Amino acid sequence: MELLEMQGITKEFPGAKVLNGVNLTIREQEIHALLGENGAGKSTLMKILTGIYPMNNGSVFYKGKEVHIKGPKQAEDMGIVMIHQEFNLVPHLSIAENIFLGSEKPFTTWGVVNWSSLVDASRTYMNQVGLKVHPKTPIAQLSVGEKQLVEIAKALSRKAKLLIMDEPTAALTEKEKEKLFEIMQSLISQGVSIIYISHRMEELFQICHRVTVLRDGRYIGTLKIPETNIDELVALMVGRQVTERFPKVNHQPTEVILQVENFSNRALVDVSIELRAGEVVGLGGLMGAGRTELARAIFGLDPVQGRLKVIGSGAANFSGRFHHPQEAINHGLAMVTEDRKDQGLLLPFSVQANLALPTLHKRSTLGVIERTKESEMTRKYIQLLRIKTLGPSQLVKSLSGGNQQKVVFGKWLETNPRILLLDEPTRGVDVGAKVEIYELMNRLTSEGLGIILISSDLQELIGMSDRIYVMYEGKITGHFTRENITEEAFMHCATGGVQWEAQGL
Amino acid sequence: MGSPRTIIQRYNLGPLIGLLMIIVVLSFLTDRFFTISNLLNVARQVSINTLLGVGLTFVILTGGIDLSVGAILALAGALGAGLLGLGYDPILAVLFSCLVGLLAGTLNGTIVAYGRVAPFIATLATMTLFRGATLVYTEGRPIRAVAEGFNTLGGGYIGPIPTPVIITFMVVLLAGFVLTNMTVGRRIFALGGNEEATILSGVKTTRYKIMVYSVSGLLAGLAGAILTSRLLSAQPTAGMGYELDAIAAVVIGGTRLTGGQGGVVGTLIGALIIGIIDNGLNLLNVSSFYQQAVKGLIILIAVLIDRRNAAGG
Repeated sequence: MELLEMQGITKEFPGAKVLNGVNLTIREQEIHALLGENGAGKSTLMKILTGIYPMNNGSVFYKGKEVHIKGPKQAEDMGIVMIHQEFNLVPHLSIAENIFLGSEKPFTTWGVVNWSSLVDASRTYMNQVGLKVHPKTPIAQLSVGEKQLVEIAKALSRKAKLLIMDEPTAALTEKEKEKLFEIMQSLISQGVSIIYISHRMEELFQICHRVTVLRDGRYIGTLKIPETNIDELVALMVGRQVTERFPKVNHQPTEVILQVENFSNRALVDVSIELRAGEVVGLGGLMGAGRTELARAIFGLDPVQGRLKVIGSGAANFSGRFHHPQEAINHGLAMVTEDRKDQGLLLPFSVQANLALPTLHKRSTLGVIERTKESEMTRKYIQLLRIKTLGPSQLVKSLSGGNQQKVVFGKWLETNPRILLLDEPTRGVDVGAKVEIYELMNRLTSEGLGIILISSDLQELIGMSDRIYVMYEGKITGHFTRENITEEAFMHCATGGVQWEAQGL
Repeated sequence: MGSPRTIIQRYNLGPLIGLLMIIVVLSFLTDRFFTISNLLNVARQVSINTLLGVGLTFVILTGGIDLSVGAILALAGALGAGLLGLGYDPILAVLFSCLVGLLAGTLNGTIVAYGRVAPFIATLATMTLFRGATLVYTEGRPIRAVAEGFNTLGGGYIGPIPTPVIITFMVVLLAGFVLTNMTVGRRIFALGGNEEATILSGVKTTRYKIMVYSVSGLLAGLAGAILTSRLLSAQPTAGMGYELDAIAAVVIGGTRLTGGQGGVVGTLIGALIIGIIDNGLNLLNVSSFYQQAVKGLIILIAVLIDRRNAAGG
């Protein structure tokens, strides 16, 4: 029995056809994956389904009847609720208030809230998602995983029949993810259907029943999960065979170029690591283990005790601590941050302005920017990194995730770094662009750069690193080579089970 | 490329179109409006507000605000007049007013950047402080500012054009050049667009934060000298409420209060719109009580149109 049928959906924006005859059929009690690279049209399709965008052509059938969804409110009334990747929760209000935000009416008399009935009603939905904290707890005190559960509880309170989840596991720990999957299963048994958007292939095979693939705004096909495999899906998404997901080439790491000695601060406990030229060093661990904090301390963003040494020729040599990113950059460091929208990019600015920012002085005389040099530089990186853009003046906020990330890489490459700190460089990036980023990393290491790679994707970490440090509660708890690491040993170290020093290191 | 609407948005032509429309309407309503002498008169009246507005544009581009410009104008004017009264050279007195403005602005910037005080609160406090200092220094009485040559700054002409107009025009050109063509300007825009990303790109943002308040103070000081020179005296209550007209000019000109977007040419147009409305209502003999209300309404309409366009883009 079909719950939802979208047929021949077409959507045009001025100058671009973003959806072209797309079909999507969701059955009752089904978890249906929606797969495609960034820019393939997934989010546009979901915005049409939830009434945010009108469509130019096509028809939507819901529960067997043709419907015309005119706005998010109407979609919600019909039971179609979307949980966005960035949560829509008010941090200083309680769970209960957030769940019923905008629909408090049944719990009020003359506008005065009846707290106990609100709290009781919240408990019902919180139980359904297995959230075991007090309903009056402020959102700000919850973990990312718990916030996710609140969002789901909120959706359930709206009598959701069709739940759309956009990258729900992006920020979850392994444990939280497993819990989420259990809850999804139980929702299905209660009669809910779920549209699941994720770039993590393994998850689709763990939880989904069917998958619909989009590419460049076109409908490619719908497959049953048990009848397909990762390679086939990747090929459908990118339209070509991606031979290797992690095209790692082995380099010969040479001399040490970065030494971190006894770094300690609020989040770090006596951390020492080293990095060689031509090497990718992975930093693994769970969320909050201190990986990002270590990168921030190295880059001069957070105060830290201890010492670091940059070993190079002449002016690049350094011993001490950086107090501002400017010093780090001057000594050949660059950092691609975890959160590219808040920290990596100036979203409302052009590709050119973003690429130019760290190196403005290189293309200016007496403080006056030389525009021709700047646009030459911009064109160079658009070509080199294959950034899909309408031109140097396109605003980065209108680029896809992968292309945004390429802009971040471009701005740092222009600083001629010797040491690259990459914090979750492929998060929210589609498969095609991921491989391009991996290939770029390989090219850079072959040119003698050293890379520190932070990643929560264990396969990526193992696939791309020459050596891996594992962190737990601010400490280094494991140190492996690419050859001798196993997922088991990794998890032991990452969860504080054992200390592990790999043989021969 | 693109529809007229997107072109208007891209080049921020909205304020200019509004200005031209107001000019056309006023030209039809009264034949005393579109005459050379009246337009030069408007230009001179607008110059003080434009100078303050240009300074504020720098501050607002970083996402800040400076409420103290009117008070700085009064303080700088009074201290400059005081120096003149002691028999110093007029040029020295003008430079001294500018210096006072610069220092006052730098104080604002330091409080905001290092004290981590919200700009609204910090400059609200210094506004009161500078006002108070002015009253103490002047003992609440105007200070005469008469000296050979001093009046040419505010009251003189170069050819047919009033000196303040020429000075203001040059300031707008210079500020526009700095903001659009220099690394400093780019960093100011970046800081207002996303401070954290800018720090991560190796820009020492505290430096630029202080700098924008210094610029704002410097221009307020210059405006203070010009006003004193034109009136031949420094009034203790000079510049009262000027900060609000200046903020209005910036906002009408299309600079976002949240920072990161805008420019000084827009501010010039915004100041012209306000000045021309004042002038037109005077020529039409509208009572000054109604003038205030009409001005408020026009500002509101301008900003609402701007919001609509921003939401549409």
